Amino acid sequence: MAILITPTTKILIQGITGEFGARHTRLSLDYGTQVVAGVTPGKGGQHFEHQGHRVPIFNSVAEAARATGATVSAIFVPPPFAADAILEAVDADLDLAVAITEGIPIRDMIRVKRARQGRRTRLVGPNCPGLVTPGTGPGSKGGCRIGIAPGYIHRPGHVGVVSRSGTLTYEAVFQLTSKGIGQSTCVGIGGDPVNGTSHLDVIKLFNADPDTHGLIMIGEIGGSAEVEAARWVREHCRKPVAGFIAGATAPAGRRMGHAGAVIGGHEDTAAAKIAIFRECGIEVAATPSDMADALLRSAAARGIKLS
Amino acid sequence: MNIHEYQAKALFEKYGVPVPKGAAARSQEEFATALAQLPEGPTMVKSQIHAGGRGKGTFTNGFKGGVKFCADKAAALTMAGNMLGQTLVTAQTGPAGRRVQTVYFTVASDIKKEYYLAILLDRASSRPVIVASTEGGVEIEKVAHETPEKITKVRVDPAYGLAEFQVRDLIAALGLTGAEAKNAAKLIRNLYTCFWETDAAMVEVNPLITTPAGEVLALDAKVSFDDNALFRHPEITALRDLNEEDPKEIEASKYSLSYIALDGNIACLVNGAGLAMSTMDIIKHFGGTPANFLDVGGGASKDQVVAAFKIILGDPNVKGILVNIFGGIMDCNVIAQGIVEAVREVGLKLPLVVRLEGNNVEAGKATLAASGLTLVSGGTMADAAQKIVRLVA
Repeated sequence: MAILITPTTKILIQGITGEFGARHTRLSLDYGTQVVAGVTPGKGGQHFEHQGHRVPIFNSVAEAARATGATVSAIFVPPPFAADAILEAVDADLDLAVAITEGIPIRDMIRVKRARQGRRTRLVGPNCPGLVTPGTGPGSKGGCRIGIAPGYIHRPGHVGVVSRSGTLTYEAVFQLTSKGIGQSTCVGIGGDPVNGTSHLDVIKLFNADPDTHGLIMIGEIGGSAEVEAARWVREHCRKPVAGFIAGATAPAGRRMGHAGAVIGGHEDTAAAKIAIFRECGIEVAATPSDMADALLRSAAARGIKLS
Repeated sequence: MNIHEYQAKALFEKYGVPVPKGAAARSQEEFATALAQLPEGPTMVKSQIHAGGRGKGTFTNGFKGGVKFCADKAAALTMAGNMLGQTLVTAQTGPAGRRVQTVYFTVASDIKKEYYLAILLDRASSRPVIVASTEGGVEIEKVAHETPEKITKVRVDPAYGLAEFQVRDLIAALGLTGAEAKNAAKLIRNLYTCFWETDAAMVEVNPLITTPAGEVLALDAKVSFDDNALFRHPEITALRDLNEEDPKEIEASKYSLSYIALDGNIACLVNGAGLAMSTMDIIKHFGGTPANFLDVGGGASKDQVVAAFKIILGDPNVKGILVNIFGGIMDCNVIAQGIVEAVREVGLKLPLVVRLEGNNVEAGKATLAASGLTLVSGGTMADAAQKIVRLVA
């Protein structure tokens, strides 16, 4: 079991013929992910070929979903056109749209988020590494990899990871795998200030998933999404949770790489978020090297053995 | 991206947001021309830098006040000479201050009362929020902390835009009636259009004023834009003032590197924003001080790594370097080759700790070992951070 995606999930790639989209489509196919369609307007009827795979390309998402049964889209469309690509996935009533694209204007995302209200499609991202549900093959092959994360660092298991940052997610996953602890699903929600799925949304899913036995929540300075999630954890989550917040040394008012990683007031600093994590019973990793160990401490305190 | 007050006010005028009449000058010669555009009478002289607290700032030559009231234009002409070319230090500039390269003259308005008005993104609701307060001309954070009841917030539904009832709510919160209410309503509507159409990240008017004549004016203007949207606003991109930016940050942006200078002595070079931030944090955790934030991105090339090293070494405070790369998809060996090339090219003399992990890491480590360079290899992030902290101590 896992959340949002499983090894049998059929996915389509919006922007499959672009350099970025093509590179990661190849890696997902190598990982064993069910990439069943590509979408590039104007290139319908062509095929994306890789190592014996022959993925049909369509002009529209609706057409691709109808013809192949794809229920999830990974979006690699360049920033000026990315919001439109997300709206197209929403309009096609997919289960999930994962926007990898970095650099989408905030105003576009404000409009996209409003347009999504009342629709069935969940959005993860933008500006995110995507999701991985590890498989059971060597190097966790046979899993579902949507986006740009390195598949081979994963291991199937029972820890859920949710994060705003790509490389910090890999760091956490690598620590877990090195200790022989696997993951149910890893979700990168992205570093933008206006995004689809929040920390809290993912944590609710992990909490409800019987196959997820512990969680790592990785956040950053800026906004209050981590705080909202931590307060919910205190009230509703009985699974061990470890947390890390990046940006303790970041100066106020400067955008630290991610558009959303900027301190706007005294409540969105790392210190404020860490204090709330502690109040809510989340085991805080003292350094990024301590993320897996922090989860193990939290699990041990509850008498839970993670694997 | 930030712009100057005089540029923001020109933008306001374009959108029908009234401002006091003003003119900017970049040299002594331009002072007279600028002043000739204003009527005789009381005049404000305002230093143009991208930092707040100008009025209470001090120039490095000892002259106090980056914003001054002058009784007439002749006095304003003399006053401007005290500011132009001088370095102004304010609470927001840091001790180095900023050199004033433009002076802005405006008519000194009669102030009946000061208010606060701003539009920015409300992250929690993912909507634009208009913030208004009867307490203008003071720090809004202070008002929010001490008297939060004096702040009104209106969130705008992006599907419908700013609604009239919301404008009425704002006017009522500001306690305005009659001609003032009518003028303020128009100003708020136009300011919102300006915010939305230009992809602004924030517009702030502090203070917004009423005058005895019933006018409502933006006495100050602070505007910043969403960098992600600049591609569709060439006219706004043209307002960028490179003099206001750290030369190292400008150089970094040429190579698509995300660099922010800090005041410590351990430089770091990292891939990924989250990892870059937490590398700074872990240096601090083990007793060091980070010299910068530097994210080389997910697909760093050799050229980028070389450029990154040069930028880092352009900071005279740097006493050691920590490279922290988690090569997920990126090949660690490519990074290792970039490091070797960069170190040779710049003739690095400072301690260097390299932590590589991920894809093809063994080949990367072999490349570093075979290079003959005097660098220290770090295992985990914690190990690498402790090593560099010890080496610069």
